[in-house]
This record gives sequence, C-alpha cells and structure tokens, in this order.
Amino acid sequence: MGLDGYLFLSLGLFGIGAFGFLARRNAIMMLICIELMLNAVNLALVAFNAFDYYATDDAGAVFSLLVMAVAAAEATVGLALVIAIIRTRQTAEVDDYADLKE
Amino acid sequence: MVLAAGVLGGGLAAVLLRNVIHSAVAMMVSFGALAGTYALLGAPIVAAAQVLIYLGAISVLIIFAIMLTQAGDANLPAPFQRQAPFAALVAIGIVALVGWALLQTDWPNPSVIIPVELDDLAAALFNDYALPFEIVGFLLLAAIIGAIYLARRPEEDERMN
Repeated sequence: MGLDGYLFLSLGLFGIGAFGFLARRNAIMMLICIELMLNAVNLALVAFNAFDYYATDDAGAVFSLLVMAVAAAEATVGLALVIAIIRTRQTAEVDDYADLKE
Repeated sequence: MVLAAGVLGGGLAAVLLRNVIHSAVAMMVSFGALAGTYALLGAPIVAAAQVLIYLGAISVLIIFAIMLTQAGDANLPAPFQRQAPFAALVAIGIVALVGWALLQTDWPNPSVIIPVELDDLAAALFNDYALPFEIVGFLLLAAIIGAIYLARRPEEDERMN
C-alpha cells in the first residue's frame, strides 16, 4: 500500500466516525466516534511522516504523540462531563438534554 | 490489507452496533489494528503509544464510564437519531470531497517507507518540540483536575461545608 492507500484508509475511518458522531443518540457513543476521528487524523500524520512527504525530521510522529496526549485529556474531561450529566439527568440520550429549548 | 480491514471493520461495527459495550469492544479492535498499521509504517514507538494510551487507557476509561452509567442491556433504545440519513449524507459528502482531492493530487515516491529512529524522535521531541511537549503536560494536569471536579458528587460538597 502506498501513501494514497493509507490516506484513503484514514479518510474512511474519519467518515465512519463523522457519521457516527452525527447519527448516534448515546452521549458515550458520540465520544467513541470522536476518538475514531482523532485516530484517523493520527494515521494520516504518521503516513505523511513515513513517506517523508513534507517533513525531513520526525515531525509527523511527534505530532501524533502530542495528538494522543490531547485526545487522552479530551476523553478524561468528556467522560467526566457525560457522567456528571447522566447523574443529574438519569439518561444518556442527547435528545433528552433539551433544557435550554424548553 | 488485513489491518486495513480490521481498522475499517472495527470502526463500522463500533458505529453500527446497538449495544454500547459491543461498540466499545469494536472500537478496541479498530485501535489495535491501527497500532499494527503504525508498526507497518515504520513507527513502532507510535504503535506502542497507541497500545498504551488507546487500548490500555482510553478504552478502559470508556468501558468504566459505560458500566457506571448504563442500566443493563434490557430494552435498548434505537441507536440512531431521526436525522441519521442526513448524517450519512454529510459523512459521504466529506469523504467524497477529500477523496476527490486525494485522487487529484499526485503523491511523490509513494513506495518508500522511512522508519522512525527512536533517538531521532526523542531529540525532535525534546529539542524542537519541547514547548508543545510542556504545554501538553500542563494540559493533562488541567484535565485531571477538571475531571476530578466534574465527576465529584454534589453531596460531597455539602458534607465538606
């Protein structure tokens, strides 16, 4: 597989994650889909780095490690938020979080 | 090719499965196949980080959150919202647009893989990218404090006062 193969793989994973994020009802499922999209971007970074398209140093690998750390921070805070919301609202369905509309 | 099928199949299963626990396990399959892909791309340190952070930490965190919040798998609600067709349309639009751009671009020397040397990576991380590295460390600290504050039960505040 060449560079374009890996980029198409990354694009496919990003598309799956984007669809899931927009379509699923469960708040935790939306977080899972965010993780899928972040992983797709990471794959693109590592692929660009491996085929040395832009970077002469290991910038792609460094960026992917940094993205992983930021994704870990995002998952921590996101799950804490979701748990706090579910504890007060007793539901994980995002359609039921409509207090501002009512 | 097997790894690519694992990545895409795991992702699809994660999005489409009805039970959230099953989705989390499918997501772990996808992440594991991605770690293998990183190793194929000559970046074993990124593959190791993927296994440690995603398979080890984030997946366990998500499964913990599911088990803390889901009441069991009796009468699961419908997994998709009413706007699922529009969501599919948007996702297909993104994929078509970026895929078209990918096809239009002429990628140079697409068959040479330059492996990442660990000492080069460490030198880059702690010299050129030392400031982002420190910022990420500070961000993780802030995230830990924020998560503790957010996930704390309100009664504990009253007990403290």
